[in-house]
Amino acid sequence: MTALTDDTLPVTPRAIRDEMIVFVVMALLLASVPFTGVYPFFVMQALCFALLACAFNLLIGYGGLLSFGHAMFLGTAGYCSAHALKVWALPPELGILVGVAGAFVLSLITGYISIRRQGIYFSMITLALSQLLYFIYLQAPFTHGEDGIQGIPQGRLFGVFDLTKPTVLYYVVLVGFLAGFLLIFRIINSPFGEVLKAIRENEPRAISLGYRTDHYKFLAFVLSGTLAGFAGSLKVFVAQNASLTDVHWSMSGEVVLMTLVGGLGTVFGPVVGAFVIIAMQQYLAGFGQWVTVIQGSIFVICVLTFRRGVIGEIAHYFRRSL
Amino acid sequence: MQALYAQLLVGLINGSFYALLSLGLAVIFGMLNIINFAHGALYMMGAFVAYFLLNNDYLSIGYWPALIVAPIVVGIFGMILERTMLQWLTGLDHLYGLLLTFGIALIVQGVFQNYFGSSGLPYAIPDQLKGGMNLGFMFLPVYRGWVVIFSLVVCIATWFLIEKTRLGAYLRAATENPTLVRAFGVNVPRMITLTYGLGVGLAALAGVLSAPINQVRPLMGADLIIVVFAVVVIGGMGSIMGSIITGFALGVIEGLTKYFYPEASNTVVFVLMVLVLLVKPTGLTGRAA
Repeated sequence: MTALTDDTLPVTPRAIRDEMIVFVVMALLLASVPFTGVYPFFVMQALCFALLACAFNLLIGYGGLLSFGHAMFLGTAGYCSAHALKVWALPPELGILVGVAGAFVLSLITGYISIRRQGIYFSMITLALSQLLYFIYLQAPFTHGEDGIQGIPQGRLFGVFDLTKPTVLYYVVLVGFLAGFLLIFRIINSPFGEVLKAIRENEPRAISLGYRTDHYKFLAFVLSGTLAGFAGSLKVFVAQNASLTDVHWSMSGEVVLMTLVGGLGTVFGPVVGAFVIIAMQQYLAGFGQWVTVIQGSIFVICVLTFRRGVIGEIAHYFRRSL
Repeated sequence: MQALYAQLLVGLINGSFYALLSLGLAVIFGMLNIINFAHGALYMMGAFVAYFLLNNDYLSIGYWPALIVAPIVVGIFGMILERTMLQWLTGLDHLYGLLLTFGIALIVQGVFQNYFGSSGLPYAIPDQLKGGMNLGFMFLPVYRGWVVIFSLVVCIATWFLIEKTRLGAYLRAATENPTLVRAFGVNVPRMITLTYGLGVGLAALAGVLSAPINQVRPLMGADLIIVVFAVVVIGGMGSIMGSIITGFALGVIEGLTKYFYPEASNTVVFVLMVLVLLVKPTGLTGRAA
């Protein structure tokens, strides 16, 4: 098995310091968005997808597991949060908790099933599981089928922050994104993350060193799925609906595309990729199905000529890990 | 009982599509080490080629020639894809093949959606296969019976080609050890291209067969390919006969589910996949990935 990244750089204190600097710059840039006149809804949406792509990247970039069904966590958490907020009338913080819990339970089940096979089979299994869930949600009464759950009340977070105000909502989503991002950053640089990378590079050797690789992969899957669910719960407040598109396989494909464009296995790549793809969809919305064709072309071009992705290329140029 | 037999027949028909598609996937995976995500899109292309041949004023080529022409046209298209793109992935991680072919599927489906929308286009059953037979216990539409029998014949022929002929022996040898087979003077890259063409041609053939039954739609292959992936996970890609039997068996089970518990007919294959993974993680044919 050839390695996913052909030039893995060692994690040094200096590399971590570089990444923290980039992180602070990114956080400051994002925090200044409401003062720039950029449409906040667009950025909020991109932030939710960026978190989703980061969660997905935890699995593929550091665990070597290509999940082709990550939309199921996004959609499940979305439906759970939406149901909790609208039908049970729970406050936002509990609504998010319900959504994340839903994704957590789902990732326990699907992780237990899918990590039994490796490589290409893992991808096919996750895709099939998400399709199974899609059909369940299509028929389940609480999801309202094709209509989805609409008009979800945003409410007041902790009884203080009024989420109906765009600026407040923006900063809440931003804090959620940054928290999720930092958690993933912490996981990647932990001893656990190092073992994951070892498994990605050479699983038989990791086994021979005494690591129970299945446990590590399972834990990575659950972490990734739960964080993807967190992104789904945040997205409910932004979009104020939860629908079948969030569970569809094309959404899973988009997450893969975002991460691929930004750079598989890079820390900041998925964020860049998410912004690029969401912006592209925004500007090309009038072109109908050509968007699909363009997305497909980006896949083909990336795989054939640009496998490191945007951030991967930059990192490679400067010989830094980003 | 009539309804049960009818659903069994539908199941057999879907099963023949599963078998033809998973067979192609298995053959391609054996030689190229790629899971061909574009398989569903190429199946759809097969149906569309048949549709064009029939509805073009100058050609108006009917069903029977289309049965041969469409797989050849799509097979050539596949071989061009292999020569221009897929061959560059040799030696890379499996997942890049999946991503590249997923991209190709999006492009092909997107282009067809732009020109034909998402609704279905009708394709008439050829005159010779119209009507039906009364078998005593059920009414059998001739075309449906034809699809099942013809698919079965094609599947067995492919099995025979790969397992029993000299060409198939080269193919199997090249799957095991391409370098050694090359040393014997066999042109392995050309064989890989032809294998991809063959696998894709089988998908296109399934597309032509399904055109009169399911209508011709740009997204007809998109959902089908996911079910076929589940079939492949259940049956494994190690054996040709295994793919054929698993394909037909799952089609029949799906048909039975449609009769006894229609709500689960969309999901039964996926549920079975989960059960198989829990009981026997390596799949039914038992070879590890």
